[in-house]
Amino acid sequence: MIKTYRTITAGLFLVVNCLAAANADHTPLDTEAMLDPAPAEMGSTADHSKFEQLEGPFEDATEVTAACLECHTEAAKQVHSSIHWHYEFQQPETEQDLGKKNVINNLCFGIAGNYQRCSSCHVGYGWEDHEFDFTAEEQVDCLVCHDTTGSYVKFPTSAGHPPYEDREFHGETIAAPDLAEVAQNVGPSSRETCGTCHFEGGGGDAVKHGDLDSSLIDPPYELDVHMSPEGADFTCSTCHTFSGHIQLGSRYKITMPEDERPVAADPHQKPACEACHGSEPHDSGIHDKLNQHSEFIACETCHVPEVARGGKPTRTLWDWSESGRMDDDGDPVVETEDGVPVYDGRKGRFEWREDYAPEYHWFDGNMHYTLLDDEIDPTETVTINRPMGDHDTPGAKIWPFTSMKGRQPYDKEHKTLLTAHLFGDEPSAYWQSYDWSEALAAGMEEAQKIGQTEKDFSGEYGFVDSIMHWPVAHMIAPAEDSLSCQSCHEPDGRMAGLEGLYVPGQDSHPRIERIGWWAIGLTLLAVLGHGSARYLLYRHKRSKQENSQEEAA
Amino acid sequence: MSNNDPSTRPKRIFSPFEIFWHWAQTLLIFGLLFTGLEMSGLFTLTGFESAFATHITLAWMLIGLWILAIFWHVTTGEWRNYMPTGQGLMSMLAYYAYGIFSGESKPYAKTAASKHNPLQRLAYFFFKAAIAPALWISGLLLLFYNLWRETLLGELLPLAAPAAVHVGAALALMVFLIVHIYLASTTGNPWYAHLRAMVTGYSNEHSTDSAEK
Repeated sequence: MIKTYRTITAGLFLVVNCLAAANADHTPLDTEAMLDPAPAEMGSTADHSKFEQLEGPFEDATEVTAACLECHTEAAKQVHSSIHWHYEFQQPETEQDLGKKNVINNLCFGIAGNYQRCSSCHVGYGWEDHEFDFTAEEQVDCLVCHDTTGSYVKFPTSAGHPPYEDREFHGETIAAPDLAEVAQNVGPSSRETCGTCHFEGGGGDAVKHGDLDSSLIDPPYELDVHMSPEGADFTCSTCHTFSGHIQLGSRYKITMPEDERPVAADPHQKPACEACHGSEPHDSGIHDKLNQHSEFIACETCHVPEVARGGKPTRTLWDWSESGRMDDDGDPVVETEDGVPVYDGRKGRFEWREDYAPEYHWFDGNMHYTLLDDEIDPTETVTINRPMGDHDTPGAKIWPFTSMKGRQPYDKEHKTLLTAHLFGDEPSAYWQSYDWSEALAAGMEEAQKIGQTEKDFSGEYGFVDSIMHWPVAHMIAPAEDSLSCQSCHEPDGRMAGLEGLYVPGQDSHPRIERIGWWAIGLTLLAVLGHGSARYLLYRHKRSKQENSQEEAA
Repeated sequence: MSNNDPSTRPKRIFSPFEIFWHWAQTLLIFGLLFTGLEMSGLFTLTGFESAFATHITLAWMLIGLWILAIFWHVTTGEWRNYMPTGQGLMSMLAYYAYGIFSGESKPYAKTAASKHNPLQRLAYFFFKAAIAPALWISGLLLLFYNLWRETLLGELLPLAAPAAVHVGAALALMVFLIVHIYLASTTGNPWYAHLRAMVTGYSNEHSTDSAEK
């Protein structure tokens, strides 16, 4: 039977291939015509090394900014209106006040009380406490985005300042950049400059995002067809286009194009794939099923087959409840496995994963957050950010996500999440005294000061399981490596458990199939019985005939 | 026996078109069954993608063949062969249940004008009027899901519904095929006579009662 099938299939393959194989091909895009010219070819009209203002020497990075602003008079004001500066985002659908100033996470909880450490990823200098002046123009950090030398770094605990002399951090020497040289060599942002913060989310390379890590600085084609120099050689801002220092794209409200404009680098739809690829990117072939899928399945779902593919594991669990173990010298215990820490006395227990299948949820682009004021049910896992939308929400699609599981402090009396003062010299900082009560009280006090909550810490804390969801949108694999149909259309396929979905090949009709196969079995039995009875009667008759013939003879 | 006897001379029953139609349909239906069963997850041979592409290609080919066949049946009047009749149905049933064992001759012989016994007529009518339309309608609904997903029909009908009909009808088709293959290829005289008639177009069967029209 199998052989017969193979022959039939092989015979049909020619036909099918001619008609359908084109599905696997990628619609060729004239990227050169669509994209902004590459920076090198653009040929800036200004040679920054010729500006007197940038000769230095600079004592302080804010002096560089002041020099920049002499010509770029509006730049700081533009940056001031960007989320990169004010860390605030008003979600129009949920009406929640989000942004890093307001949200809570299950990594280091939040910015309140941890400014000096957290603001090493702020496009500014000196956000040391709640009194930071968000209108100060010279506090804007131009260099962190516009450095082209690769030598500019912000010291991890200096509230956004670079080191002004070579300094140690966790046993690593961080060299002080030559600010004048950096200033004289400014240019457009690059994969490196954006990556300084966005690849290092959660405190280290690949920790927070399974689809964003330093492997994207010079990615091979197999990792990311767009960002690879062997591919389209995109920088981050090719898709996350900036205009007046405001970029497109947000994890609080994802761009979900709904209209059906054809292929055209449409800035209104960026950074969504559809901006360049249109809404029907696949050759229709004989059945056009791939384009039909894209009506309710995000491009990333098939085109990011696995996450953390760049050789760097991403963190999938952070359990703070186990933190605080010290060795005999009183230093935090650190345990590593396969080169990554699985326990750190300062932070608790970690799990990591590499090269794994994301999970899938319906998503209409809007994220709903559990904020410090929101009541939680401590007997359940707290969903810190919930992708909104369901199978019947207009425009919702199935998206890939990575998830970070956490176990983090909550207020037993108020039934709310808590934020802790982790970093700092004060004894109340958790990493000084390892006293949660002190650290949580201090953290919540700071949270009040920036308007994150009005609630006090009751003094009663426990640890609650939590989960965060990160939509996957980067590390687009070559077309031939995207998910096969089989990945979902098989028993226990990738979409298993997803509500509001019927997946042929995965979902069955147990009752109909049981009745059907029974009917087939019984019919076969009946036919076999009928046939055998006929054959036996025929044999019987033959032998009787032969006997009578013999007798006659 | 000599072929000079007009009652035993081979008679043309099936036209070349019918022979072509029958066997082309056989190939396509078996191809559809195998690819369909693979897609349903029963086994994995070539993977879902190629099974699906093959399935759809075969389906379009079968639709084309059916359009041709319907045209042929309508213009030639051969469609009458598929109209069910109650007459002689019981004697056919009695024959398969009893007479066939005791060596009685079949209460029916095919002729060019009436090719199917009453039981066949009923079975083929059921296939053409129930199983096949169920497969076509549900199959086309599945294929063009995107066209009705966001309409009123999409609200009333979950995708699982046409899928269930498609699977159910395919299983019913398998029941039909088992009985059809058994009866059509082993119950002639000699036992392979019907099969031979479907290949050559000619039948040696001769009528022994008044069923011949």
